[in-house]
Amino acid sequence: MLATAIIVFREALEAALVVSIVLAATRGVIRRGLWVSGGVFGGLLGATAVAFFADVIAAAASGVGQELFNATVLFVAVIMLGWHNVWMSRHGRELASSLKSAGEAVRGGARPMRVLAAVVGVAVLREGSELVLFLYGVAASESGESSGMLTGALTGVGAGVAIGAALYLGLLRIPSSRLFTVTGWMILLLAAGMASQGAAFLVQADILPALGESVWDTTALVSDQGVAGRVLHTLIGYTPRPYGIQVVFYLVALGGILTLMKIVNRTRHTSSNAEAALNSSTTPQPSN
Amino acid sequence: MKQALASIPLMLIALGAGLSAPYVLAADDTFTLVIKDHRFDPAQLDVPAGKKLKLLVKNLDTTPEEFESHDLKREKVIAGNGQATISIGPLKPGTYKFVGEYHEATAQGRIVAK
Repeated sequence: MLATAIIVFREALEAALVVSIVLAATRGVIRRGLWVSGGVFGGLLGATAVAFFADVIAAAASGVGQELFNATVLFVAVIMLGWHNVWMSRHGRELASSLKSAGEAVRGGARPMRVLAAVVGVAVLREGSELVLFLYGVAASESGESSGMLTGALTGVGAGVAIGAALYLGLLRIPSSRLFTVTGWMILLLAAGMASQGAAFLVQADILPALGESVWDTTALVSDQGVAGRVLHTLIGYTPRPYGIQVVFYLVALGGILTLMKIVNRTRHTSSNAEAALNSSTTPQPSN
Repeated sequence: MKQALASIPLMLIALGAGLSAPYVLAADDTFTLVIKDHRFDPAQLDVPAGKKLKLLVKNLDTTPEEFESHDLKREKVIAGNGQATISIGPLKPGTYKFVGEYHEATAQGRIVAK
């Protein structure tokens, strides 16, 4: 039972952290609970499908189908998270001010909400597929283990959700005016971490060169086995012994998304400055 | 969604690269590991250091297993009655531990590179 709990916990933790960040980043958006639940449910369905087709996927692309699939799923998530941040650079201020005035009902957040729900789905799919396979294996073998497996699985999920909830509640303590900025940074680091993870899968598939087996070795400081290591792994993409190419992908994702955010933000300022100049001219303007 | 569509070229590139992989790796040494009764056989695999290698892991159990090695930085799920190829190396001389994550208590092994 303990073995089951630990394995389930590891996977559930990563998905739970993503859910928490998404929930914090979408505070005030209409029906976000429904969207996120939809993402989780869709992810579980997808995970079951992936588990079912595991041998087909593994054999695909000359034996590296699994690595390609994982890398693709991760890179798709990176793009979606990046898009979310760029969108927020353009519209975040409107969103935040309408949240202040209207309270809970913010309609403007529908588009990023869909994207973030997809990010949740994809995170659950990735972690979930390994879990489904594992649980199927336990269920299929020793019959006497079933109740132990159920307890273990529930304990694992519970523990993962608990840590996710702690993160979410911690984020909620941030004043609304700063919340979107903080979640924006967390999403940025989440994306960079996923880019680095995707790169590692492509090294495993022998598609990308490693560019250095281990740029640094901080296993002694924080190993990726413990809870702290796994939390840092998800939140900031921490790896105790990264390949050089992982560092490259991390920095490129970070720099790329930040640059796009800045460009979009500058456009927004320019157009709103022009609007302000128009509105403040002495000639009466027709109101829009 | 446009965002999702943008990822398709990425996938195509990755798939293309993956499909061309065997032509690059044709000359690799392959070592076989067998999973039976949630144990690895052999439990110790001796391999040459400094070369690119392939591990062919055959899962003779009916239930899936996940080959995982923090030392090698490799993880791969292998379906029941299935097999998977994992590329490793070039390895520096030393011992690299691996486990079957789904049955860690019994599925343990190591690769010794000389």
